[in-house]
Amino acid sequence: MNLKAQLRRTERRRKLEAVALVAPLFVFLAVFFLAPIGLMLVRSVDNSELPSVMPDTASALRAWDGAGLPPEDVFAAFARELAAGQRDRSLSGVAKRLTYEIPNMRSVLFATARGLPDAPDGTWRQTLAARNPAWSEPETWAVMRRAAAPVTPYYLLAAVDREIDASGSVVRVSADRAIYVDIFARTFWIAAVVTVWCLALGYPLAYKLASLPPRVSNLLMILVLLPFWTSILVRTGAWVVLLQREGPINETLQWIGLIGEPVQLVYNRVGVYVAMVHILLPFMVLPLYSVMRGISPAYVRAATSLGATPFTAFRRVYLPQTIPGIGAGCLLVFILGVGYYITPALVGGAGDQMVSYFVAFFTNQTINWGMAAALGSVLLLATLLLYWVYARLVGVDRMRMG
Amino acid sequence: MASAVGGAEARDLTVTSWGGSYQDAQREVYFQPFMSQTGTKLVEDSWNGGVGALRAKVEGGNADWDVVQVEAEELVLGCEEGLFEELDWAALGGRDKFIPAAVHDCGVGAIVWTTLITYDGAKLKDGPKSWADFWDVQKFPGKRGLRRGPKYTLEFALMADGVEPSQVYQLLGTDAGVDRAFKKLDQIKPHMVWWEAGAQPLQLLASGEVAMTSAYNARVTAANKSDNRDFRIVWPGGVYAVDSWVILRDSPNREAGMDLIAFMSDPTRQKDLPPKVPYGVTAKEATALVDPAVLPIMPTESGNLAVGLELDTEFWVANVERLTERFNAWIGQ
Repeated sequence: MNLKAQLRRTERRRKLEAVALVAPLFVFLAVFFLAPIGLMLVRSVDNSELPSVMPDTASALRAWDGAGLPPEDVFAAFARELAAGQRDRSLSGVAKRLTYEIPNMRSVLFATARGLPDAPDGTWRQTLAARNPAWSEPETWAVMRRAAAPVTPYYLLAAVDREIDASGSVVRVSADRAIYVDIFARTFWIAAVVTVWCLALGYPLAYKLASLPPRVSNLLMILVLLPFWTSILVRTGAWVVLLQREGPINETLQWIGLIGEPVQLVYNRVGVYVAMVHILLPFMVLPLYSVMRGISPAYVRAATSLGATPFTAFRRVYLPQTIPGIGAGCLLVFILGVGYYITPALVGGAGDQMVSYFVAFFTNQTINWGMAAALGSVLLLATLLLYWVYARLVGVDRMRMG
Repeated sequence: MASAVGGAEARDLTVTSWGGSYQDAQREVYFQPFMSQTGTKLVEDSWNGGVGALRAKVEGGNADWDVVQVEAEELVLGCEEGLFEELDWAALGGRDKFIPAAVHDCGVGAIVWTTLITYDGAKLKDGPKSWADFWDVQKFPGKRGLRRGPKYTLEFALMADGVEPSQVYQLLGTDAGVDRAFKKLDQIKPHMVWWEAGAQPLQLLASGEVAMTSAYNARVTAANKSDNRDFRIVWPGGVYAVDSWVILRDSPNREAGMDLIAFMSDPTRQKDLPPKVPYGVTAKEATALVDPAVLPIMPTESGNLAVGLELDTEFWVANVERLTERFNAWIGQ
């Protein structure tokens, strides 16, 4: 065997070893991270409720041009599959899908299906229309036709307060139903405010920690890490106790005479900010601390010895060197903040709930997974977009996570 | 997690109710005696309602609940959708044994309960008497608590706006009526704390967070008893409804579940529930057996029934999705 081949073999073995070392993490990421995200994206356009229960109706509807009322074969297929669905109790999925677009479709569907005759009285079109006037409305059938397509933009549009109207164009939903754009704006606003507070509180703290001798700073670091290791639920619960009307904070403020009446600190935005800043603060302190530890005090000393005021020395020498820590800390806090659910749910009021609350609401309460997935997808997209802008401004290579 | 490995067949009979002091009482009156008498192992869980949660359990394919206590419209919706097993009424002693509102193909009534106003008698000497008072933040300063969701909330809003209980559902059936309810809710929105679990309103009241709140009648009594409180009940304008026991579809413990439901439907057992939690009972004979001292604080007492409003299940079955959507938009704005 020549040297070259031997070399190649060793090279290959090395590569295999490297791959084998990375493979478990890679498989883990693919199975538990990438696949669920992909499934979520698919879910947000999935429209299989009607086609899976009423396959013939769905294909007949797809063949129809969508003008006026559909032809008799659509009515016939629909009547047959409606009766079958009523018998094996599979109608609920279809009913649920249709109610999203026409609120009373559940009762229409079940009332029509109850005791539907085997043979039509005249045509099926007449029979169904006689059982419920909704079946002679072109709009009902336009919705049915949209529900028969394999994919739908319905959920993604609804997640940004848009819908498709009778003429097929995308329009804003009516004001009493439009909430999600506001909720996205609110979510990003809360996360941004929390990030700014964390930076304002975390920067001096990290600076102090970094400039103390290691023995003292390690001790103080435990004070940062101890709450960090405590369950979020416990910490949020503790804030409810502290902030409530007759809680220690209100009582102390009243006792020292700062306020006459208890102030509302919880079940509103104040509570959300306080609890979230407390929980997310370590994510700001740790990257800042690790960056600041690496900055030699000689630079600032040199600047002052050359005549810079302390403020100038800080602004022109120290601050620029901490940018990687600021960048990483802000990014961590902001992205974690955007996904918050438990804390606003427990210490916020009805007007302080973030996107995650509605994802949970659709997942657990109404089981509208399409809507939950669409909200999640829009949140993911918006976060990626913000990350991209942010990385452009700060520079990803200049971030240090700690 | 360990139980999931064994598969559905190996699971113990699981009963799911509404938690808190109510489930504590059920445990004493029904669950513990059932276990000791039949030797069946019984596991408990609790939930906060919503037909969606049941859909997820049954359609998700690994339902870990068997017997569940559901609210009236969950019973109707779930039965229509095939989420529940049909009950064996012969084993329960026939339909005539129960009050009419407690009889359904898929469920048997567990209790009659009322959602009503409660306030702390220790803090408010001359408390609210009606929903109009509940809305009056000038006369009674402080926050208000209501259950998050359109059901009950819209009824209360209309009664606060001066609508007679008998007219409430007629009005809610129209768009103008719903608009009127939401308009009335706008007035109180800045003063609201919304609760979701049945034990929450009493905690809010106890901690002084709210001056008055809606709550389930028996929870108020339980809080007075266990925490030595002076929470007062306002019967006028309370909305009463029947909760029912159901068995989830394809439950591997169907037989044991039926046994448990039959056990809990026995009048001689039901009579022991009201002294612990004063909800009305559903077996006709049971009410006569209940300790007369408890009767005045039960929703089924005739005077209390007369000033209340019966929840219109049909209305909510037809409208719950639409009004929940509107309510969520309203609350989020």
